[in-house]
Amino acid sequence: MTDISTRPTQQGAVEARLARRYRSEARFRAAGLGAIFIAVTILVILVGSIGHQSLPAYTVNELRLNVELSEDLVDPLGDASEDSIRAGSFTRVLQNAMREEFPDVSNRRELRELFQLFNSLNAPQLMNEVLEDPNLIGQQHAFRMPLADDLDLYLKGRLVEETSARFNTPLDITSDGRGVLLRAQDPVFTDRLSSLRITIENDITAEQAARDRLVEQQALAQDEEAEDLGVQVSFADRRISALQAQLDGDELTLRDDMPSLIVESRGGFYKLTTVSIDGLAARAEQVVPPLTDANTDRSNWVLRIVETPEARGRASDNQLIWTRALVERNIIRTTFNGYFFNNADSREPELAGVRGALFGSILTLIITVILSVPVGVSAAIYLEEFAPKNPITDMIEVNINNLAAVPSIVFGILGLSVFITLFGLPRSAPLTAGVVLSLMTLPTIIIATRAALKAVPPSIRQAAMGVGASSTQTVFHHVLPLAAPGILTGAIIGISRALGETAPLLMIGMVAFIADVPSLSLEGMTEPATVLPVQVFLWYDAAERAFQPRAAAAIMVLLFLIISFNALAIYLRHKFERRW
Amino acid sequence: MSSITKTKLKVRDVNVFYGEKQALKNVNIDIADGSVTSFIGPSGCGKSTFLRCLNRMNDTIDEARVTGSIIMDEEEINDRRLDPVVLRARVGMVFQKPNPFPKSIFDNVAYGPRIHGLASTREELEEIVENSLVKAGLWNEVSDRLDDPGTSLSGGQQQRLVIARAIAVNPEVILMDEPCSALDPIATARIEELIDELRENYCIIIVTHSMQQAARVSQQTAFFHLGELVEVGPTETIFTNPRDQRTQDYIMGRFG
Repeated sequence: MTDISTRPTQQGAVEARLARRYRSEARFRAAGLGAIFIAVTILVILVGSIGHQSLPAYTVNELRLNVELSEDLVDPLGDASEDSIRAGSFTRVLQNAMREEFPDVSNRRELRELFQLFNSLNAPQLMNEVLEDPNLIGQQHAFRMPLADDLDLYLKGRLVEETSARFNTPLDITSDGRGVLLRAQDPVFTDRLSSLRITIENDITAEQAARDRLVEQQALAQDEEAEDLGVQVSFADRRISALQAQLDGDELTLRDDMPSLIVESRGGFYKLTTVSIDGLAARAEQVVPPLTDANTDRSNWVLRIVETPEARGRASDNQLIWTRALVERNIIRTTFNGYFFNNADSREPELAGVRGALFGSILTLIITVILSVPVGVSAAIYLEEFAPKNPITDMIEVNINNLAAVPSIVFGILGLSVFITLFGLPRSAPLTAGVVLSLMTLPTIIIATRAALKAVPPSIRQAAMGVGASSTQTVFHHVLPLAAPGILTGAIIGISRALGETAPLLMIGMVAFIADVPSLSLEGMTEPATVLPVQVFLWYDAAERAFQPRAAAAIMVLLFLIISFNALAIYLRHKFERRW
Repeated sequence: MSSITKTKLKVRDVNVFYGEKQALKNVNIDIADGSVTSFIGPSGCGKSTFLRCLNRMNDTIDEARVTGSIIMDEEEINDRRLDPVVLRARVGMVFQKPNPFPKSIFDNVAYGPRIHGLASTREELEEIVENSLVKAGLWNEVSDRLDDPGTSLSGGQQQRLVIARAIAVNPEVILMDEPCSALDPIATARIEELIDELRENYCIIIVTHSMQQAARVSQQTAFFHLGELVEVGPTETIFTNPRDQRTQDYIMGRFG
């Protein structure tokens, strides 16, 4: 009877708790969802930003020049022999082709800038083409080479900030003794003038402040020092009035610490030097002459404003203009970046490629897999299935677990002092790298394999034992196949980690600059090579800006490799699981 | 009844220790061939431990130690020099939970003959498999899907498959460790029928928690309690007229 009387209160208590239980469940679920959301977001941001950074690396702007392979330059001995061709000056051939495009460029400084549109390292490639086909000597030859890295970035919009505006009002272009005079019918330059004026006004303010400080110091100073400071103040005054005169004058001179203004009209390119204060006219240097068949519309022109000043050490205005002109003439064309996927590393970003590192990684990985998987799996099987329980095996177990936690650089030091110094394995070779990385991978594989073996239900072992299978048969016929998916996953995780490992490889000399693609063969194992993560490390460290997207692209290649590995693991897992 | 009286296993002074703990104390029993012997007793009384002595499955437990003498047909089983692999081909075992290999039905049955080399040709192997499945009363149900995984069968079918697997290596003794405890009554009845059919050709030892099952299928019953073999005798005698008070109490359901 007591049961019935207590029931309502008990139910009330349960219900009161129920709401709390559901709330805590909902909280837990929300926390889990939130965690997944955060993880996915971070991953997307990470891959997205690297992917975005890497975009410029997949295409390249190529120069397609028609070069004149004149005999005196290409074949100095006149017999078309290999020696003769090797003595030829192919850089000059390329330079001549550039001069032909811009015949007006005459002074040495400008010529040097013009020749910087391509890298002289491309000359050997031209030489090879002639060596392959000596019949080319004395002929015109269509030669393709990558545009210099800076200008390549410029065309991809990553070098400078640039805006351009197209106008449909007539622009008069006349030349007099002092250069070219541009005159528009509307005040088209006004927009820019105000910002240029602000630059000058800022300069005046800064000069004023400096002058005021000088005056203060002068008040405190004595004799000679005061005199000195007085001279400085008068200089400052002069600078200020000069700047003021610029602001007050009827035209404004463009300086190299100001944005550059470039006018493009009828195939001609003009770099503005002064702009009249009314915004209607400007003086300019003619960098590229207009096309002579003046059928093109003179009321269709472009004003290009390069916001990043020339003084900030970017490619010069002239180089930007020549590049634009060549694009206009269809000599520079954007194509898929074959150089990046076919070349090994290079000092020049436009010629640097990922293939060397990719092959180095593959060779290293082969060694790692060959060494670590059989050894690791065998060790795990012995420890898990056959080893007697005694203090020695306990100690081995503890040490294997400790080994998994050893910082990877320690394995690099070990590799350097034992494998290279003691055993005389070659430096910076995939063989040595593979050995070091397999040491690093072993504990991971052993631990994963043991966990997988442990997870096989004991009933399967009993069943096999029960029909008279020996321990070895039990393990190899029943336990191992069931554990295979787990072992595979462990091995792939270990190997993926090895694929992305950098630190130990730095220790064994994989940071060396290797300009050759290693051969995918036994010899390749002992030749110097580098691997993808080290290549990324090297490129991110490089001074040239064009290496940054290439480093990001190398990361994408690495990620692609690792993701394909995981996909393979998942595929194999499913295959194995279906079979059983 | 002359064949029933032939002794298959002669067990003398068997003690089993798990580390410091003694699980079996001085067990002495004779087990007849061509009959079913059942071991009954409360949980933890040592009946399964004893069963595992008979095919040396205790070897797989590191700290287990077995002393005493178990003689099967003049041969000492509990001898380090005897290869347990050979023994287990002669003494098959069926476990509490059906544990078919995660392979096809055919491969499950064929596994034992394969590792022991009992068939030299594919035809011989197929014959062994068919015979075993027929004996285990499973042939009619699976003959058209021998390639299906063994794990796709129902619990009762799986247990009969496991029995077929044990029969396939042609053992002399079949040990069954609570073979029906995971099965429904109908599947249990099928297994019991099967045990009864198999009795003629094998020496069957079954551990069971069900007194009714022991009474139904066995000719001889042994009662274990706290590691001791309390009483052994013809099943009828044990259930109707036990000598020991503990046996009587257990059978009457006073403890268990």
